[in-house]
Parts: sequence; C-alpha cells; structure tokens
Amino acid sequence: MADPITPVLTKRWLSPNSWRLSTYEQLEGYTAVKKALRKPPEQLVALIKDAGLRGRGGAGFPAGVKWSFMPTNEEKPHYLVINADEGEPGTCKDIPLMMADPHSLIEGCIIASYAMRAHHCFIYVRGEVLHCIRRLQAAVREAYDAGYIGKDILGSGFDLDIVVHAGAGAYICGEETALLDSLEGRRGQPRLKPPFPAAAGLYAKPTTVNNVETIATVPYIVNGGSDWFREMGTEKSPGPKIYSISGHVEQPGQYEAPLGTTLRELLELAGGMKDGVPLKFWTPGGSSTPMFTADHLDVPLDFEGAAEAGSMLGTTAIMVFNETVSVPWAVMKWTQFYEHESCGKCTPCREGTFWLAQVLERMVAGKGTEEDIDTMLDVCDNILGRSFCALGDGAVSPIESGIKYFRDEFLALCEDNKAKQSEAELVGAKA
Amino acid sequence: MTIAPEETETEVPEGHVKLVVDGEEVVAPEGELLIRTAERLGTVIPRFCDHPLLDPAGACRQCLVEVEMDGRPMPKPQASCTMTVADGMVVKTQKSSRVAEKAQEGVMELLLINHPLDCPVCDKGGECPLQNQAMAHGRSTSRFVDTKRTFPKPISISSQVLLDRERCVLCQRCTRFSDQIAGDPFIDLLERGVHQQIGTAETADIENSASHTSSGTPFQSYFSGNTIQICPVGALTSAAYRFRSRPFDLVSSPSVCEHCSSGCALRTDFRRGKVMRRLAGDDPDVNEEWSCDKGRFAFRYAAAKDRIRKPMVRDDAGELVEASWTEALRRAADALVAARDGNGAGVLTGGRLTVEDAYAYTKFARIALRSNDIDFRARAHSAEELDFLASSVVGTTPEHVSYASLEKAPAVLCVAFEPEEESPIVFLRLRKAARDKGTKVFHIGQWTTSSVRKTFGELLACQPGGEAAAIDGIADHAKDLDAALCSDGAVVLVGERAAEVPGLFGAVARLAERTGARVAWVPRRAGERGALEAGAAPTLLPGGAPVTDADARRALETSWGLDAGTLPAEPGRDTAAMLAAAASGELAALVVAGVDPDDLPDPAAAREALANVGFVLSLEMRPSPVTEHADVVLPIAPVDEKTGTFLDWEGRERPFTITLEGTGALPDCRVLDTLAVEMDADLFTQTSQAAWSDFARCRVVKGTFRASDAHKMPFTTPDAPADAVRLATWRQLVDNGSLQDDEPHLAGTARNAVLRMSATTAQRHGVTRGEQATISTDRGALTLPVEFADLLDDVVWAPARSPESIRTVLGAGHGAAVTLSGGAR
Repeated sequence: MADPITPVLTKRWLSPNSWRLSTYEQLEGYTAVKKALRKPPEQLVALIKDAGLRGRGGAGFPAGVKWSFMPTNEEKPHYLVINADEGEPGTCKDIPLMMADPHSLIEGCIIASYAMRAHHCFIYVRGEVLHCIRRLQAAVREAYDAGYIGKDILGSGFDLDIVVHAGAGAYICGEETALLDSLEGRRGQPRLKPPFPAAAGLYAKPTTVNNVETIATVPYIVNGGSDWFREMGTEKSPGPKIYSISGHVEQPGQYEAPLGTTLRELLELAGGMKDGVPLKFWTPGGSSTPMFTADHLDVPLDFEGAAEAGSMLGTTAIMVFNETVSVPWAVMKWTQFYEHESCGKCTPCREGTFWLAQVLERMVAGKGTEEDIDTMLDVCDNILGRSFCALGDGAVSPIESGIKYFRDEFLALCEDNKAKQSEAELVGAKA
Repeated sequence: MTIAPEETETEVPEGHVKLVVDGEEVVAPEGELLIRTAERLGTVIPRFCDHPLLDPAGACRQCLVEVEMDGRPMPKPQASCTMTVADGMVVKTQKSSRVAEKAQEGVMELLLINHPLDCPVCDKGGECPLQNQAMAHGRSTSRFVDTKRTFPKPISISSQVLLDRERCVLCQRCTRFSDQIAGDPFIDLLERGVHQQIGTAETADIENSASHTSSGTPFQSYFSGNTIQICPVGALTSAAYRFRSRPFDLVSSPSVCEHCSSGCALRTDFRRGKVMRRLAGDDPDVNEEWSCDKGRFAFRYAAAKDRIRKPMVRDDAGELVEASWTEALRRAADALVAARDGNGAGVLTGGRLTVEDAYAYTKFARIALRSNDIDFRARAHSAEELDFLASSVVGTTPEHVSYASLEKAPAVLCVAFEPEEESPIVFLRLRKAARDKGTKVFHIGQWTTSSVRKTFGELLACQPGGEAAAIDGIADHAKDLDAALCSDGAVVLVGERAAEVPGLFGAVARLAERTGARVAWVPRRAGERGALEAGAAPTLLPGGAPVTDADARRALETSWGLDAGTLPAEPGRDTAAMLAAAASGELAALVVAGVDPDDLPDPAAAREALANVGFVLSLEMRPSPVTEHADVVLPIAPVDEKTGTFLDWEGRERPFTITLEGTGALPDCRVLDTLAVEMDADLFTQTSQAAWSDFARCRVVKGTFRASDAHKMPFTTPDAPADAVRLATWRQLVDNGSLQDDEPHLAGTARNAVLRMSATTAQRHGVTRGEQATISTDRGALTLPVEFADLLDDVVWAPARSPESIRTVLGAGHGAAVTLSGGAR
C-alpha cells in the first residue's frame, strides 16, 4: 500500500512548468484518455461507480451515480459542465489545481464527456481569477493543437469541444442551477427542481455538473483502477482529497491526503499552529459548514466523520483560528458575506441574512442584548431548510455553531449594554 | 346508537392520485399542486408568488407545508406551490403541523422586516394580500429592531405604472406575467440580496448601478395594468388611480368591457357616483383574469366635462341649444316623419352599441322609418363582407369557435387581423395556446409584428390587398400550413380589415371548404357582433334572416305585431351608399349613433353628407363631428349608466347591469322607444330588459340564407403606379380614439407612430431610417419617422389613427397606392 500521503492529484504541482502540456505528457498525462476512449461509455460509468468517487464540490454525491442519470441515447445534445466557480470562504483547491495542473482537469473532462456522450463541455470559472482563466484557456488551446480535443479525438471518432467561461462575480453561481442560468447568459439564480439537470439542464438539455477536483480525479481512477482508488480514504469516502488549510498555522496551503485524515494529522503537515498559539475553532469545509473546536481535532475528515460530529465535510476548506480571534466577530464577517452574496430570490435567505448581519454588527459593537441571541437562533431556524437553495442553510451554520460552542462570548458582548440599558433615559428627555 | 361508518375504499379515477391532507383523504388529478389541493379542501395556505395562471416560482416560501412520502417525512418543509400531488403522500398544512405553521410565521416575519409601515397611505391598504395574510398567519409583533432597507419611492416604470420598491416582496408575479403571459419582458429583477428590486432598463440607469444596460426601454406593454392587479402588495400602483380612494370606500360592480370584441369581464369600482377604477374580472372562459390596459384605464370619457346631458336642438341662428326632451323629441319626430314620407331616412348605428340598443335601432329603422337603410359598420366595409357575415357568422355561438377552441386548435390562421392591436385578449389566448399547448399560429399580413413574434407565429407576407391571392396560394406554396389547417380543430380568424380586400372573403370561404377549418370573425369594436345579430344591417333581419325572405319577414311581422307586408322587402343601403345618398339628397335624413366620421372609408364624403342632408339626429354622449352637423342631439347613457349585453367575437352573451344608478342618462333603446311613440310607432324597448326579451323572442326566426354570388366574383389587384407604394394600415390599440380621451397615463404607453418599410423601399424612395418620411395622395400628406421592418418591397405601413386618421388625411386605406418620399412636407 502506498504511503497515505503519496500525492496523486498534486503530484505534478511542484514540477517546473507543471501547467504545460509537455510536462503533463512526461508525467503520465493523457495516458488515461487513450485507455478510456477504447472502452464503451457504460464501462467508464461503472468504473467510477465502483471506485466510489464522491463529488468534491461539497455535497459528496456519488459521481458515478450522477453520471448514470444521463440518458443513454443521444436524442438531444448532452452537456458536461465543470463547476470551477470556487467561492466558498476558505476554499482554495480548484483554483490552485487549475493553475498548477490544468491538463488533469481537461483529461478528466474528455473522459467524463465520453462516458456521458457529451460533445460539449463548459468550464465555468470564477470570474475574479483571471490568471487562472488564462492558464486554463492556454491549456485548452494546447490540448486542441495536440488533438486531445476537437474532432475525432485520437482517432476514436469522438468529438468534443471545451469552452472556458468566466463568471461575473456571484457566489450563488456556484449553485449548479444558478450556474447553468448564468452560463446561458441569464441572471444567476437557482432554478426550480425538478426538472433536474440530467433531464433538462443547460439549454434544457441533459446536463451533468461536476466539481473540478471530482473530474480531475477521474484520469487517475481510469489508470489505477477502482481497487487502487479504494486503497485510499475510507470505505464510504474513498480516494485522495486536497485539503486547503488557511489561517493560524505555520504553513497554510493545499495538502493532499486521503479522506478521513484528522485535523491533528493535517496540522502536523502544516507545521502546527502559528507561533504555538492554541487552536480555538475551525471550519472543516468552508464557512457554510458548522464550526468545530479543539475538541474535534481527531474527527476523521470524510463525509461520514464530519457529519457524525455535527458538521459537514463541504469543500475541505479548513480555516484555523487561534485564541486571539473573537467568535462573534468572525461569525459577523461570515454573515456579512452571506448577506452580500444572497441572490435575493427567496425570502428567508434574502431577508434573514440582512437581519442577522445587523444583529451581529450591533452585538459586536457592544449594543446587543441576551434576547438578540435567542432571536438570532430562531431566525436561523426560520431560514434553515426554508430557503430555496442551500445558500440559506450555509448562512446559518456559523451562527448556530458559534453560539452552540461559544455562547459565553456572545453573552459577554451584551454585558456592557445591560448596564447601559438599565439606566435608559426617557424618550425626548434631552430634547 | 351510533353506527360506525363503513370503511370504503375511495375510488381513484384514471389520471388521479390519492393523498392525505391534514388527515383527510383526497383524490386529486395528477400534476395538481398541493396548494390547490388544499384549497379545494377549504384550507387556504398563505402565498405571494403563487398564481394559478403563472408558472410556479417557489420564491416567497410563504406556503411551506410538511410532506411525507412513503411513510418518511421529508427533511425540510416543502413549498406547496411547486410540489405536485403523488399517490400516498401525506401533507400537513399549518392546520395540523406546528412545523408548517412556524415556517409560515417565520417567512411572514421576514417579509415584513423591510416592508414599510405605510399601509395607511398605500393604495393597496384594505385589499392587500400581505396585510391580510400577516393578520392571519403572522406574529403579532416584530422582533426586528434594526434599520430597514429603504429606496426612494416611487419611481415610474411607465407612464401608467409606478413602482414602490420598499413595499415589494419580490414575488416576481409581475415579471413572470410580463414574460410568460404578455410576452413583454421589459421588467425584471435587478441587483441581488436585499437590494434586489424590480426594474426596467430605464430604472437600472437611474440607479446608476452596475447594470448600465441601455438608453432605457420603459415597461412598454398593452397589459401592464395586470401587474398592478396581481401585485400582492402595494409595490405597483396605477398612476391614474394612485391616492384616489380607499378600497373600503369603493362599491364594486361586475361589468363588461366596451372597447373591443374580446368581451372581457371587468370589475368597476365607484365611489359617490364616480367610477374610480376598473379591474379585470375573473372569467376562465373569456379573459381568464386579465384585461388590456385600454379596457382597464380608458373610462374617463364618460365623466368628461363636455358630456351632453340634456337634449339639444339647433336654433334659428344655427347654434345647438339645450332644449326639453319634449321639444327635442317633437322636432326629431316631425323631421323624421317628413323624411320617411319623402326621400326616406337612414340609420348609422356605429359599432359600439349593446345588443339591446342595436335592436332598438333595427326596429326603429324598420317600423318607425319603414326602411332597411341601416348599417352598423362605421368603417371600411363591403358587400362581400355582408354576405360573409350573413352566411358564416350570424347565429354562431361559442360552440362554433371559442377561446377554448383556440387553445385546442392544432393551428390558427389570422387573416387581415392583428390580434394584439385589435383584440388583445384573443392575442393572449393565442399566445397561451402557442406557448403551452403547441398551437401553431400563422399570420397573413405584411410584416413580422409583435403579434406574430409573441404568438411564436409564422408570417405569410403579402402585398396589402393581396391577402386573397395569398390564401388561394396556400395549397401550393405553404403545404405545412395547408396540412395543419386540414387537421381537426383548426381555426381561421378574420379581422375587420378583410372588408377592404376585394375577394378575400371568397378566398377564406374556399379555404374553409377545402380544409374544413372553422372560420370566425373578430371585429374590432365591442358592438359589431351584437349589431349584426340584432339585424342592424341593410340585408338582414334580427336573428340573421335576409330581408328578402318573405317567410322570415312574415314571421317577424307577427312577432312584432305588425300588419302583414309592413316590413320593407328591398335590401337597404349600406353605410357608404347611405352617405352618398344623403350627400346627393336621395336620403332626406340620417339618424346617427356613435359614429366617428374619421373612421369611415371616406371621412370627407361623410362630412359632406352630414352637412348636406336635410336632417341629422345624433344620439351622442359628447360633442363630435356628427353633433356639429346635427339638428337635434339626444343624450344617451354610457355603459356604466345602463344595463345591456354585448356579444363578443365568439357570439357569447356578455350581459352587464348598471353601475352608476340615478344619473338620469337613458340608454339608446329607451330614447328610440320614446321617439318612436312620437312617430306613432311602438318599439317595446323602454328598457334594456324589455328590448332583450323582445329580441330573444324574434331571434329564433332564422330564415335560410342563400349566399349571393358577391364573394365568388373574380377579383383583381389594381397595379400600383410606377412611383407609388402600396399602403398597409391598421389601428393600434392605444391611439386617438374618442373613448380614450382624458387618459394621459394610458396615452403615454401608446406605441410610437412610425412608417414601416423595408430597407430597399427606403433606398428606392430616398428615405432614411430614423428620419422623417412622407406618404401622400392627392388629398394630403402624412409625415412620420421611419423604422425598418420586413415588409415586401414597395409596401409601407402606417398606423390608421396615430396620431391622425390616415383616412381623413390621405383619403386612403389598406391596400391603396400612395406616394412615398423622404423628409417632411
């Protein structure tokens, strides 16, 4: 068995000019696609199913199952859409991947498109990351020139076009149906489901939307086989994963490790807490996943482990905060983000994030009351599971978990105000 | 003793499912939304974005309920406006689930945090779904103590719709209506989060936001008023109605629109004897819940300052002066008796009468004036048309062609008919049929108008006047259309413009005979269909029998209590012939109802006739070009002040009762009845009710109509002179018609008056796009800015009455040859 931290997805990242086609080809690049194009598409879908590859975008839906929802006929055009709109606070894995090794994504796109009988693939990249977009575009050009994409790929008779599309700066467009609307040139807001994308997605045609890391993993599975893939990670969450670690650690960055790795192990890789200041709280998968504390250092970070401990694996965006950070302040900053990014379509998320941000701002300014804490929790309850898409659910995670673990800090902020309130003046007394 | 009810399995019919709502077993049709199923059980789930005629959105989240499937509760409450019923589903609404109740309360509280508390000054206050549902399903107090999001208010998104963004709950009913129903997606969501707002390209610019999109297209739609009505809060208000009254001060009266032949059910709201507003009524068979802006906003003509409220007679100095009814009736009766006994008198009824009033004119002409000289057509008309109406239209009911059959039709062909401009509700139904039911809509016309585009239609372009040849060519040149028309349920709709095209009715008849498609006639005015049925035509008796049919005449004489042989047997003169006869002195008098000479094929000749004829009796509401020449003017009641019935284009009866009582205004039928008494004739039309029952009795007397050969005559399209272009013209919905007077807000949404032509035509005649060009005849010239459209070369389109009557200015109509030149003249 390979060393648990022998890199797979990131193995080329430190090579000089790792993003070039020539580098990629020297390091096993485009070998999987040659194998894949000789197999019938169903066999590839079965392979991904057997490997147990789960979506790396946050929800962890089995990729092979998702692929199998696509119709097996070609009455209508099929589309593969890559969600590269990486915007979750703390998440920094897809963009580095596309910067360092864009061809692994492209090779994955070819294999996945072939498996799903799609002849058009769109990569929707977060608009702010211009450098990354250019690098990806250059890689796509290289791949066209080398005949990996275009007409009759490698003599297989399979045609594929890949389009790199830049988003316009909206977090909501990471939601797959909002992404599709945005890709179609419309206002990016989530669509009503059903119909699901596999039935009527992009331009109302059968569509699969996959995360960058999911698709970039595919060539390795084709080369290594499902048994090799399952050697890494856990039974239900197999495979390697890129954990992006940020915050108060000595060496923040991307660390590839098998799913199920704990924060304690990851902190070791990242050189420990910065300046040795103890850990206070952290997020396992971005700000939309309920926070953890130092008590959770040994929670296995896979889909099941994180859920059992009361959070979610999300995008494995580990934001680490030491004891110098105020939880209410951090929660306020996150909530301001959700308020800013709420698309406005549904009432709970639109109005709720607006309300919660104001309460938290007031609280951090020392003007909160104990009652505000209960109100916030109740408002969170009225948003969670009541909003149109998962953005609203994500928005309440930091608040609910923050109050759950650090209620005292919120209460402390209200203490000052309590004293002031008791000596409230009569209205107009000063006029 | 109690008997336990027997357990019986509820039978589930084909295409239905069985589910449980609040503990009650219910059978529902597949595809029904939970919110409707609950409603059928009497449980009203609160909602904002849901509207039964719009596609579901699921945006407001107010209608959340708990749902169990296969015994497993779904983890989250579900929006009952987007989830459809399924077999075995268990639904718990706010009535039986605390979770649903709390979810609804929570959403309501959230909706209110940014909603201003300006209900006391809000137009919607008192009839506001937000207000009502907040009272029924909300918390009694708000926990929100922070700062509300505010917007400057209100901004106008068109001349008649104002937007107050603070009040908006972003349910998207207005945007979905405009996009889905009307096909005018000129309003949309802008910005995001709590700053999300409804806006137009114009307001986006006003806001100086990131979405600097355009030079600004306002909310330009003939249906924009519906958004005001379906807005569940006071975010969209009417510029004309704003701050005029409170809903609880208004008295509502069901009414019927008098503007076109669509036959919309309306609701007229009045206060202290004055109509304050009109809303669309709910009639699923006709207008569903919609109305056009003309029907909604154009009603102030009846309250105009210049309303004629007393009879007037022309004095020796030639001035019209007010007179008593006795004097005026005496004067009119004496003059008409003299005329009748001399050269005769003719009756021009116009196209805006109720059936009852038209029937009274029919009887008045036949009995009091002893003449068949009566015609309801105050527009271009032809003998072919009258034959077509007699053979194919009169007596038909909605069983022949109806709104519902448009929806079911595999194909609809519009001939010389511009649905959006001429019968907007027919247009909406065609759009719905095409959008939801896959009906193919074809148009024989001159360019790809908005009616063509928005009905997802296909245009068969032809020369104006060449429509008949185009129809005859369908079999050879449009095989798909021909096949579609041959399929069961296909419909051909013919508009009023067809009367201007020689041979067109014959071509339509041949087409219908060959394909089996059903033909319906969609006149533009509300009263035309009723007047036809009532016999206000020179060749037809009430019920549609020809005047030449002796048996029919005899039956009618019996019914009317007349001596045998009293009714005139010779067909009368049509409008144009009457006017010609009046001008030359062959007719001694004219009785004229709501006729605008500028609508007639030759307005100058009509004015001359009115000036020359010995005596003119005008029955009018307001001064008009007819009253200018009238010797006696008798005031009559507008629709709000009388009871009556319109027949819509389907032949459907649209009865309405009086809205404003006690104004003293009399309906035409009453005035004519009294006038007839002065002439020793009895009409028995003292009231609308009496007129209707008399009409209903004699209506059954339908003789057999033998089609004359008029519509089989060969026709030729006259060649245009070398330097001329062919004129295509029809009226726009909002123009300078007299029933739209005094409505500046409505007028602001009229479409621009432009000349349309192809780029080639423009080049050939030295015309530049965007600049002015002039069309002219020896009569006069009309100058308008130029827009390009896909017309055939050497064809130019101009609006018929925007701003001026093209017939008055040019003396020309659809199909005429005119001269085109660049620049103004």
